[in-house]
Amino acid sequence: MLLNNRRDSLVQSLGDTLDTVVAGRSPWADARARFFRNKAAVVSLCLLAVIVLVCLAGPYLLPHAFDSADWDAMSLPPTLKNAHFFGTDESGRDLLVRTLIGGRVSLMVGMLATLSSVALGIAWGATAGFIGGRVDTFMMRVVDMMYAVPYLLIAILMVTILGRAFYLVVITITVFSWMDMARVVRGQTLSLRSKEFIEAARAIGVPTRRIIFQHIVPNLLGVVVVYTTVTVPGVILTESVLSFLGLGIQEPMTSWGVLIHDGTTVMEISPWMLLFPAAFLSITLYCFNYIGDGLRDALDPKDR
Amino acid sequence: MWSFAFRRALATIPTLLAVITVCYLLLHATPGGPFDEERKVSAAVLANLQAKYHLDQPLWKQYLYYLNNLAHGDLGASFRYEDWTVNELVAKALPVSAAIGGGSILIALVIGVLLGTIAALRQNSAVDYVVMLFGNLGHAFPSFVIGPVLILVFAIWLKLVPSGGWNNFEPRYMILPMALLIFINVATIGRVMRGSLIEVLHSNFIRTARAKGLPTHTIILRHALKPALLPVVSLIGPLAISSITSAVVTESVFSLPGLGKLIVNGAGNRDYTLVLGLVVLVTVIAVSFNLLVDLAYAALDPKIRY
Repeated sequence: MLLNNRRDSLVQSLGDTLDTVVAGRSPWADARARFFRNKAAVVSLCLLAVIVLVCLAGPYLLPHAFDSADWDAMSLPPTLKNAHFFGTDESGRDLLVRTLIGGRVSLMVGMLATLSSVALGIAWGATAGFIGGRVDTFMMRVVDMMYAVPYLLIAILMVTILGRAFYLVVITITVFSWMDMARVVRGQTLSLRSKEFIEAARAIGVPTRRIIFQHIVPNLLGVVVVYTTVTVPGVILTESVLSFLGLGIQEPMTSWGVLIHDGTTVMEISPWMLLFPAAFLSITLYCFNYIGDGLRDALDPKDR
Repeated sequence: MWSFAFRRALATIPTLLAVITVCYLLLHATPGGPFDEERKVSAAVLANLQAKYHLDQPLWKQYLYYLNNLAHGDLGASFRYEDWTVNELVAKALPVSAAIGGGSILIALVIGVLLGTIAALRQNSAVDYVVMLFGNLGHAFPSFVIGPVLILVFAIWLKLVPSGGWNNFEPRYMILPMALLIFINVATIGRVMRGSLIEVLHSNFIRTARAKGLPTHTIILRHALKPALLPVVSLIGPLAISSITSAVVTESVFSLPGLGKLIVNGAGNRDYTLVLGLVVLVTVIAVSFNLLVDLAYAALDPKIRY
């Protein structure tokens, strides 16, 4: 009797501790906690947020337009005069405003091309993984082929033939950046299809639709999020290379690649024209890489 | 082995055909023919010209003519450079790109493997930090940022080397572009080598070798190095492709008269045949490189059965 009482109270207290410890931690909360423990990733995220905000809001707060010339201040080094904080180019256009507007364009191309290539990659990979067999073999052969070709040259051929309008640049970049996502999603779909927990769900009678949305999609979501972050810097880089070569975004519109190219032509007399846009681009790429690493560590179920 | 090599070589044909076909169709999707913009010629002359270049034939026949020419190594005539065929332009540009790209890959392989090995053997030493730093920098900064900065520092501020240009393989002009490519490639190779050697050193057969009492240098040279080099070998294919690709950037940055410069100029001038010819040529080079690397990998890796 006494023993029983004692055991009951023990069970009771154990239950209490369990309640407090286990209370409501979803895998996503877990991942979020892991991500925010990663200092480099958090710093990168904040820095990136600042860059995006400045690019969006900055041009409204500065007194200059990105394409208007200040005739009294041409080829000026960074100065407080007339609020040309980054200096001006040889036709007197304010470099800070141009860098921010260029950032908008670069980030916009990055976002659009990433979204479309992610959509294409998921559709391609999920279809291949789900149907399997010959269709899978053929679709993955296509991906292998895409890897084997020197993509930048064909991208150059495409912009030569199709033209250099904004949306054509986005399409061209999309065509060459979806393969990683397709591979990863296919692999994940294949392995998920035969997992025990899917089988178990099926065995206790969970309907297919619920299996897909409750079990398969959340498991895909992790890799999709990680590879999306990894895709963004690659896409921004491709846009910058094309623009740097004069084959991407065209004047009077500008992007970081265009500005870096303009900077190289005058770097002998005004190196800041090269260094400011180059710094913005490099920091942005760096941030995306670290955020990608952080997300992978946070969401990869293998590393727990 | 030979039948595997043969099958692997056959598998490159669909890739090549797909690239050529897609590019060819893209080219022909554009409105207008090559003789539209020139000064007006009489209808009879135009018909003669079109007959000479088979432009009066249906598209599939033109395509077959083009394939036939390609098979004979003829990339066609340039649209923009008068009196030049694409072949002649390529013959002038290819040695420049090959010297810069090929040379820097070879040097980068030696330096990268060496640094990666030292970094793996002495983890957390100064060399290790330098390799990791290189790796990070080469990863984050694109070549068209590093290149101009190199020019700014070494050519303009320090005046050690010319800022660009080309003078018949004179080494002074090759230093900066090669330094850039070597830096980028060493960043990748060093990282991969470090990682794979560390992994190999943790494997069971190395422990066995140690237990047998073999001296460390024998373990590393005879047992660890060969398997650790395999990932580096498989890296050569992508590196070759990326050095062709980055040639587009480096040759623009340093104004070198190579293939990359040719293709960018061709694209700027809308010289369709030139760009198409170069894309086909570079794809052939890239695909054959991948083929060679695959074969080398199969020959080196005892785990691969064919």
